[in-house]
Amino acid sequence: MSADLSQFFQVFFEESAEHLAEMERILLSIDIHAPDAEELHGVFRAAHSIKGGAATFGFGDMAATTHTLESLLDRVRHHELALTAEMVDVFLETKDAIAMLLAGHRDHTPVDEAAVESACSKLRNIESGEHQQPAVPAADSSESPSTDSPVGVTDYRIMFTPPADLFMRGVRVEPLFDELASLGELSIAAQVAVPDDFGSYDPEQCYLCWDMSLTSSTAGLEELRDIFMFVADEEEIVIEVAKPVSQHKDPAVAAPTETSQKNNVITTSPPPESPGRRLYDRDETAPNAFGRRPADGTESSSIRVGVSKVDQLINQMGELVITQAMLAQATQQFDPVLYESLHRGMALLQRNTRDLQESVMSIRMMPISFIFSRFPRLVHDLAAKLGKQAELKLAGETTELDKGLIEKLADPLTHLVRNSLDHGIESPEARKQAGKPPNGTITLRAAQTGGRIVIEVIDDGAGLNRSRILQKASENGLVVSDEMSDEEVWQLIFAPGFSTAEKVTDVSGRGVGMDVVMKNVQAMGGRVSIFSESGRGSRVLVSLPLTLAILDGLSVRVGSETFVVPLNSIIESLQPQPADISAVSGNTTVRVRGEYLPLLRLNELYSIKGAVTQPEQAVVMIVDAEGEQVALLVDELLNQHQVVIKSLEANYRKVDGTAGATIMGDGHVALILDVGDLVHLWRKAPQI
Amino acid sequence: MEEMTSTMAEDGAREYLTFTLGKEEYGMDILKVQEIRGYDAVTSIANAPQFLKGVINLRGVIVPIIDMRIKFNLGTVTYDEFTVVIIINVLGRVIGMVVDGVSDVVSLLPEQIKPPPEFGTGIDTQYITGIGTSNGQMLILTDIEKLMAGADMQLVENTTDNHLDLAA
Repeated sequence: MSADLSQFFQVFFEESAEHLAEMERILLSIDIHAPDAEELHGVFRAAHSIKGGAATFGFGDMAATTHTLESLLDRVRHHELALTAEMVDVFLETKDAIAMLLAGHRDHTPVDEAAVESACSKLRNIESGEHQQPAVPAADSSESPSTDSPVGVTDYRIMFTPPADLFMRGVRVEPLFDELASLGELSIAAQVAVPDDFGSYDPEQCYLCWDMSLTSSTAGLEELRDIFMFVADEEEIVIEVAKPVSQHKDPAVAAPTETSQKNNVITTSPPPESPGRRLYDRDETAPNAFGRRPADGTESSSIRVGVSKVDQLINQMGELVITQAMLAQATQQFDPVLYESLHRGMALLQRNTRDLQESVMSIRMMPISFIFSRFPRLVHDLAAKLGKQAELKLAGETTELDKGLIEKLADPLTHLVRNSLDHGIESPEARKQAGKPPNGTITLRAAQTGGRIVIEVIDDGAGLNRSRILQKASENGLVVSDEMSDEEVWQLIFAPGFSTAEKVTDVSGRGVGMDVVMKNVQAMGGRVSIFSESGRGSRVLVSLPLTLAILDGLSVRVGSETFVVPLNSIIESLQPQPADISAVSGNTTVRVRGEYLPLLRLNELYSIKGAVTQPEQAVVMIVDAEGEQVALLVDELLNQHQVVIKSLEANYRKVDGTAGATIMGDGHVALILDVGDLVHLWRKAPQI
Repeated sequence: MEEMTSTMAEDGAREYLTFTLGKEEYGMDILKVQEIRGYDAVTSIANAPQFLKGVINLRGVIVPIIDMRIKFNLGTVTYDEFTVVIIINVLGRVIGMVVDGVSDVVSLLPEQIKPPPEFGTGIDTQYITGIGTSNGQMLILTDIEKLMAGADMQLVENTTDNHLDLAA
């Protein structure tokens, strides 16, 4: 196997990172007293996969560490050892150590060998401490034999019938025999099966098969299989247990189980004890399992594609939508009676385009659980560090948003959760005094409301301290006054360098938190708002645009300009009666079913000349601006269509009140309004 | 002339696209030019400076259009089928600039370029890299990248502004 493996490294790193994340997720959610068998299997599988990959790619340290973890996990899942909270902690510690080793190989970051060794020795202690019988012997072929003492000795009979192209693949068999010999006393008999017809003899083919007998071996069956991992397919290697000596460990018991699953092998041993497990293991350690995983069928429920390819697909999809809109517009000139089939075809095209577009867009969408899943661990560790008791509740994890947003959201959310835990949740004693349960609760909730994704971080802690924020703000030289509304006071904590924490911890309090949160969220076109009640807790609300590259919109005309209003923010459109229009301190309001709504004049906000200024002669559009209803004055409603959001920032800059631009069917550019931002703009603008 | 161009290109000569603004002839590095097209279908942007005519759809990409004639008070500002837009690629952005006309592509050797004079022309002297001569006519060579990055162009957003608004 001298092939250049480095091209597969990246795949291995990504897969291992996923396995580690999966492992952590399961470990954190596991019920220690009644662990679910499937979950334990899941953790084991993850460890096993990492081990196999690490050994394949020659990362001996990772393989060794994972192996230690795996052997303990193996016994836990076979109920040989009971799961304890201490074990879970050690598992997590080991997971971190493996992640560190992984990072070391991938990014050449420094690796803390001591931490790795400490995790391993803890694992070994648990294993040996709980059980008189020591651990499974060293199992990995790429590893030097471990110091674990043998369980018992077994005699094996190994029949190795290699494929004819063995030598052509560049496989050398001598090292295999050497390795086998190191595991016990080995005797080999080769059988030659040269074809009778010498004319068909091909000197490059392998006509040999070997019958080996390995006696007094301490190795497990798995170990033997590992040796042949990359040489032979399962059918080509048959291992039989000739003399099981020890009943303590499962190799002896399981070995026949496995052989019996191989077709056409006669076994001489007791019935299978745990067929499920062996069935699985066989798959995972099968020769070349790592190299040819995608072909397995069961394993490959997903494929890995570069983000750039997906982006390209989405861009092309956008172009297709525009072209389709252009065609639709052109088709309208044709008489529907004379050109019936053309119109039918266009309708079909429109539907197909929409379906295709939905499928393409969904590629980039990921559930927010992708980032939420990191928080149970964070809260678990942080609460322990701070001596607090906190529980994390997650809601709406299936809310989907764009992959790009998910990645950028991770840091701000981490800040917010840390803040909640550090500053929000009180110590158990303080909570008891306040008449609250000692266990604090932090809730992370995601939901899609209207055209936005709203993520909330809620804690039932002490809430923000108004007077301290004001005091701190004036110390920092900000202009404050006691008359400021709560909302204005809360906004102060977004100022750079602002922190009210009485002492700086390594968790938070250095004042680099909230302004970074604000900046990051704003960069995504989002907003952060804070609600807080003293003694009851606080709620930080992050609202993000649903930057799906395509949205349903209604095009409206103002003067000679065309704008697109996202359909999901429109409540209704109407033509007001003169009696419904009234002026309240300089602002025009529209009465809609007894409610007075402020009227935003788009022509004034965007200085457009030639627009209708009398509301009763124009159209008023009632829109939802983040829970608040306002009326927009436009000249007329044009058409409803799907529009592709194009970035204005790419070549220009953000335009206030807009969520970007789009290209209409006639090739013109139209701005897409962001109603929430528009209201902000209107509030800031001098009232006319 | 053609023969000269090709020989000069081998000794470190650089090619410049020349364009006119008013009566003056300007040159810019041809490598910054993406394409040249006509002026049409510009969507205006609210509350933008006057010289920013708006944005266009350039094969699916939204491109801002700057009228250099308004920006530098040169030439006559009319828009017809002869109005020319040079699409340039600077600062990782695609920007369109309206000029009076595009004349030629000339090749200039480093020694053919003289340092810029201190007196003013339409364009601020800090954006002028030198003065070249082509066919006996003076050519003002501009650093188009620096020009577009300038704060008065308002092309690059200053994010801290927004931020301070909220913090204050």
